[in-house]
Amino acid sequence: MSTLVDIRRLKKHFPIVGGVFRRPVGAVRAVDGVTLAIKRGQWLGLVGESGCGKTTLAKTAVRLWKPTSGHIYFDVPDDIRTEIEGLEAQGKNSSRLASLLRENDLTFFSSGRLHSFRRRAQLVHQDPFTSLNPRMKIKNIVGEPFRIHKVLSGQAVKTAVEELLSRVGLSSGQLERYPHQFSGGQRQRIAIARALATKPEFIAFDEPTSALDVSVQAQILNLLKDLKTEFGLTYLYITHELLIAESVCDYIAVMYLGKVVEMGRPEETFHTPRHPYSQCLIAATPVPDPQRRVGRIVLPGEVPSPANPPPGCAFHPRCSRATDQCHESEPELKPISGDHYVACFHPL
Amino acid sequence: MEDLIKIRDLTVRFYTYEGVVHAINDLDLDIRRGETLGIVGETGSGKTMTALAILRLIPYPGRIESGSVSFFDKSTRAEVELLKLTEDRMRSIRGNKISMVFQEPGAALNPVYTIGDQISEVFLLHRRQELGRQAKQRVDNLLSDGSGSAATLKRPFWHWQSRLYNKIAEQSNPLEPRILARLPLFRRLLWRLRDEARLRTVSMLKDVEIPDPGRVAVQYPHNLSGGMKQRAVIAMALACSPELLIADEPTTSLDVTIQAQMLELFRRIKVDKGASVLFITHNLGVASEVCDRVAVMYAGRLCEVASVEEMFLHPLHPYTKALLDAVPMPGKKLQTIPGALADALNPPPGCRFHPRCPSAMPNCQQERAKLKEVSKDHIVACHLF
Repeated sequence: MSTLVDIRRLKKHFPIVGGVFRRPVGAVRAVDGVTLAIKRGQWLGLVGESGCGKTTLAKTAVRLWKPTSGHIYFDVPDDIRTEIEGLEAQGKNSSRLASLLRENDLTFFSSGRLHSFRRRAQLVHQDPFTSLNPRMKIKNIVGEPFRIHKVLSGQAVKTAVEELLSRVGLSSGQLERYPHQFSGGQRQRIAIARALATKPEFIAFDEPTSALDVSVQAQILNLLKDLKTEFGLTYLYITHELLIAESVCDYIAVMYLGKVVEMGRPEETFHTPRHPYSQCLIAATPVPDPQRRVGRIVLPGEVPSPANPPPGCAFHPRCSRATDQCHESEPELKPISGDHYVACFHPL
Repeated sequence: MEDLIKIRDLTVRFYTYEGVVHAINDLDLDIRRGETLGIVGETGSGKTMTALAILRLIPYPGRIESGSVSFFDKSTRAEVELLKLTEDRMRSIRGNKISMVFQEPGAALNPVYTIGDQISEVFLLHRRQELGRQAKQRVDNLLSDGSGSAATLKRPFWHWQSRLYNKIAEQSNPLEPRILARLPLFRRLLWRLRDEARLRTVSMLKDVEIPDPGRVAVQYPHNLSGGMKQRAVIAMALACSPELLIADEPTTSLDVTIQAQMLELFRRIKVDKGASVLFITHNLGVASEVCDRVAVMYAGRLCEVASVEEMFLHPLHPYTKALLDAVPMPGKKLQTIPGALADALNPPPGCRFHPRCPSAMPNCQQERAKLKEVSKDHIVACHLF
C-alpha cells in the first residue's frame, strides 16, 4: 500500500499574547512534533483525551491551518520525499529544495495550489448543529463545493446533489429544507454528503458521532464503512471513544499532549498496549458488560496544560513507571514489533 | 429493600405551539434505599424529565398532568407525596433530602461567586440551626476561656452574640437574626454563621477528593477544570447528606480518564454516605459500571427494568436488545435500529417502539404493553412476554 498522507514532525503552536502591545508571551503547543503516515485505503483512528491536539492535527493535516513547522505530503511519491529529506539533512537552502517543497509540501503550497488540493481532501466537523449554515438550504449546502470548484453548474448540480443525498440515506424531497428541520443524525449525513461532493480521496472526521445517540451513531458508522469501500476512500477518524476506534479502524494512533505515544493495529494497541497511558485509557473505558467491572486502573490527576508541558516525557507526572530518565529526556516513537510503535522508555 | 421513591402513573406533557409533547407517559418506577438505579435511553426518551419531575422542576410549558411521586422520609418515618407539597415544603426538600447533579458542570455553577460561597449557601439555607448551634458553642468557648483586657472589653458583645446564635439554633425562623440578615452592614454581625459554613464546605470539598480544598474554596468556577467543577457540584449536592442523589449525565462532558475517576467517586459515595443514586446516562458502558439496577426508557415510556447483570446478559425487550447491539464492540458487526426515534408530538399508537421493532405483532399497533414481572426483579413492557 502506498502512503497517501505523510505527516513529518508536524508542529502547530498557538501564540499566547499579552501586554499592551499584544506580544507573544508563550505558546500553546497543541501539536508538538507528530510523525504519522496514512496509507491509501486505511481507516486511521486517532484517539486521546480532549486537549491533546487531535482536532488541531486533523485541521492542520487538511491544511485549514498553517503548521508552525514540519511537513505534510499528500500523495507524493517516495523518491521525492526521500530527496527532500536528503536535501534537508544537508542543511543547505538550495533552490532545488525550495521548489520541491513548493510543489509537494502542503505547508508551502500557494493559495491556488491549495484550492485544487481541497478538492481531494475534506473535513467533517464534530458538531453537525454548528457546521451547517442555518440560512442555507440543503441543496445549496451540498451543492456549494461544486460551484466553488467549478465542477458542475446549473441543472447538473441539482442531479448530483440528489444523488449524493440518496447515497447518504436522505430523500430528494428534503432538498428545499433548512438544517434546523433535521435531526442530529440527518445533519451529520448532510455534512458527509457535502464532504463527498468533490469526490475526495481523503476525508478527516473530527468526532462525527460524539453529538449523536448510540443507535444513530451505529447508522453513521455503517454508512462510513460502506462509503469507504464504494469510493475507495482514506479516513482519518478522530474519536475519544475507544470502543468505536477498536471496532471500525484499521490502525490506531494514541495521542497525549500534542504527541503520538503509541501506534499500531487495533488488536495490538488495545489487547497488548505497550504505553502506560494507552493501558490506562483502555482500562478507564466503560464497557457495557457488568462482568468486566474488575481490574480498572484509575489514572490520578489531569492532563497538564499544553501551554506549559512537563519536561521530558509529557506523561511522567501521572505515570506509575516513571523514572529519572522520563523526567529528563523525551522518548522517541520507536517500532517495537512490526508496525507497532511506542514512545516510552519503559514499555509494558 | 424498602422503597425510597415510588413513582406511579406519572405523566408529563409540554404544551407547545406545535402541539402537545408527551414527554413522560404513565411511568411506574421505584427507587430503593441504598441502590444506584440507572436510567438509560436515547435523546428525548424522557430520562431527564423523570428526574426533574421528582424534584418538581419541570420547566414551562411542561406540566405534571397526573400521577404520584411518594418519598419515604427516613428521619420522620413518614411517606410524603411530593407532587402535593406546598412550594415552601418542596424547597426544604430540594438540595436537602433530594439533590441533583446536572450534566454540564460549567452551567450548574454561578460564574460570579466563589466555589466556597456556592457550597456554603446550601448549609446556610438547610442547616442554619446546626450552624447556629456550632457558632454559639464557639462564642461560649471564647466567653469561658477569654482573659485579659481585650476579652473584658469584648465580653458584652460576646454575650449578645451567644444569645443571637442561640436564637438561630433553637427557633426555625427567629425574628431578630432575620431582620439583621436583611440590613446591609448589620448582616455582617452574623459572620460566625458563614464561618462555620465555610469550614463545613472545606471538609466537603476534601470528601470529594479535591486537592488543596482550602484554596479551591476561594476560587471561581473558571479557575477549575471540567473534572474539578463536577467534583465541586457533587460536593454541593452531597452537602446535606441527601437520601437521594440524582445525577443527570454527570460524566458526559468529561474525558474517559476523568470519567473513570467520577465513577469511582460515585461508587464510594454510595458506600460511605448510604445514599441512593438515580444515575441518568445514555452511555450503556457507564451504566453497567456504576448501577445496581437499570431502567430503559423509550419515547417517554419504561421498556424494561432489571438488575445490571440481567439487563446486559439477558435483555428481553427488543429495544434493549437493539440498543445493546448498537454499541460498537470489537469483533462484532455493528447493528443499527431501523427508522428514527419516535416523534414526541405524534407518538405512534400502541407500543411506541413497534414501527422499529423486528418482532412487532398486530396487537402492538393498538395496545400498549403493560409492565410485567417476568422473573424476580425483571420487569418488561412488551407483548412478547
